[in-house]
Amino acid sequence: MALTREEVRHIARLARLRLTAEEEARYAQQLSAILDYARRLQQVDTSHIPPTATVLPLRAPLREDQPRPSPPREQILANAPATEAGMFRVPPVLDQQP
Amino acid sequence: MSELHDLTLLEAANYLRSGQASAEQLTLAALGRIEALEPHLHAFLAVTADLALEQAKRADRRLSRWRQGKDETPPPLVLGIPIAVKDVLTLQGAPTTCGSRILEGFHPPYTATSVQRLIQAGAVILGKTNTDEFAMGSSTENSAYGVTHNPWDRRRVPGGSSGGSAAAVAARMCYAALGTDTGGSVRQPAAFCGVTGLKPSYGRVSRYGLIAYGSSLDTVGALARSAADLAPLFQLIAGHDPLDSTSLPEPVPPISLEGANLQGLRIGVPREYFIEGMQAQVEEGVRQALQVLEELGATVEEISLPHTELALPVYYLIAPAEASANLARYDGIRFGPRVEGEDLLASYLNTRGQLFGQEVKRRIMLGTYALSAGYYDAYYGQAQKVRTLIKEDFTRAFERVDLIACPVAPTTAFEIGAHGDDPLSMYLEDVFTLPANLAGVPGIAFPVGFDDHGLPIGMQLNAPPLGEALLLRAAHAYQKVTAWHQEKPEL
Repeated sequence: MALTREEVRHIARLARLRLTAEEEARYAQQLSAILDYARRLQQVDTSHIPPTATVLPLRAPLREDQPRPSPPREQILANAPATEAGMFRVPPVLDQQP
Repeated sequence: MSELHDLTLLEAANYLRSGQASAEQLTLAALGRIEALEPHLHAFLAVTADLALEQAKRADRRLSRWRQGKDETPPPLVLGIPIAVKDVLTLQGAPTTCGSRILEGFHPPYTATSVQRLIQAGAVILGKTNTDEFAMGSSTENSAYGVTHNPWDRRRVPGGSSGGSAAAVAARMCYAALGTDTGGSVRQPAAFCGVTGLKPSYGRVSRYGLIAYGSSLDTVGALARSAADLAPLFQLIAGHDPLDSTSLPEPVPPISLEGANLQGLRIGVPREYFIEGMQAQVEEGVRQALQVLEELGATVEEISLPHTELALPVYYLIAPAEASANLARYDGIRFGPRVEGEDLLASYLNTRGQLFGQEVKRRIMLGTYALSAGYYDAYYGQAQKVRTLIKEDFTRAFERVDLIACPVAPTTAFEIGAHGDDPLSMYLEDVFTLPANLAGVPGIAFPVGFDDHGLPIGMQLNAPPLGEALLLRAAHAYQKVTAWHQEKPEL
């Protein structure tokens, strides 16, 4: 089963990746080959097999809810590409029309 | 006297204790070695010389206090020992890039627990080693900052993704290095570079400060020149960490390699691991090493891990699926560079589209597809179920045998560019290392010979969960009667 360019574009959109036309073509071909290879899994009868999400015994460890110091704000903001007034500066999220 | 950089970690520790050398001298020797060889190997993404020399001086003060009898307890074995760290583990005061342009200039505000434990014990951190971008690869060719060259043959890859760590240890630029292993990324480069690499059980070493790739598979491990050098490192970094809720609560008993003896040890050799297309000399090397283990008292028998051939497709659905979620955080808002767009969505698309490399984008796409509506059950869900079968293969095998022995990779180090733009053929390099990650069991890789090109051949041992001490003892027993691990590349 070959992935179409349309499907590749759809996945890229979901994954928030802008691909070039050349990348779209290459990924369509490469992902199809990998998924073809992966299809051998579908021949395995797993109707009575539970899935493994983690090899650890499932548990939800709890800890005391005690306040701890966090790194200073300046240190965190120092890694950001754009900041303003002690906050992350981001491109417009909503239409700027009033 | 051999040169300082040629000492093993344990020998260097003895030099420090006896005062034959200072930590500053060891550090200067390592930094000199790095300066001389980096132009040829490119094992490092950042060298933290100032930090290292400062740590060395502090270590020397601790050592001299101890020698004067002012400190009762013997110092940790790694005190004053220069060690390198793979650039997917954070170290405050140095950049962490994960080999990616999307983290260019990122200075983490905290240090990974595994690294912090080394620092606390007085180790000297030399710098951050090269890696395939976000640890996705088997050669370091996927690093955005250029490939690392194999010290045994510079036209060849060092393996990956911890290729910088493996090359640095093999080239004697450091006494040991931390690496990470999600599908073989400690063991395969260890094999390609002729060093010893330990992938601990899932959950055994804290992942706080490890930048996540595949969260149900990621482990922090270590590489050194021998099992004996690895043992004190593992001892130090293993054990519960309150900052990582997936780290196991079990205590880490002291590991003794003294009198390591294989008498009565049962070793299973899975018939599914000797496949067509495997390099004949790799098989020969592993078979000869098995004979040595038998001479040491172990019994060797053939076993079956029937679902082995499904490990590759299972891994390449589960790991990308987890990666697609983990890498969603790189959006150009809080860290890393941003490629602006006309609105927020365009900014995301541009930043991620332009700053992730080809393999990372490929795996994000693959994972997104496997998790998307309509395909989830057929791909991701089915992969998780087959993973159960692979895990049960190991459980059943370990009812019969104590250890499983097999090759690390089907070939020795391949040439740079050999896999071109064929991702599937590159993935096949991982075929013998992926199952241990899917099952969560520990593994050790160590050199057992050389092929006709003078390239190291690696053997892998796997143990049941929490069996790291047994792995180290078995590898140490082998290394006591063989000298492959003492061979060094001409540089």
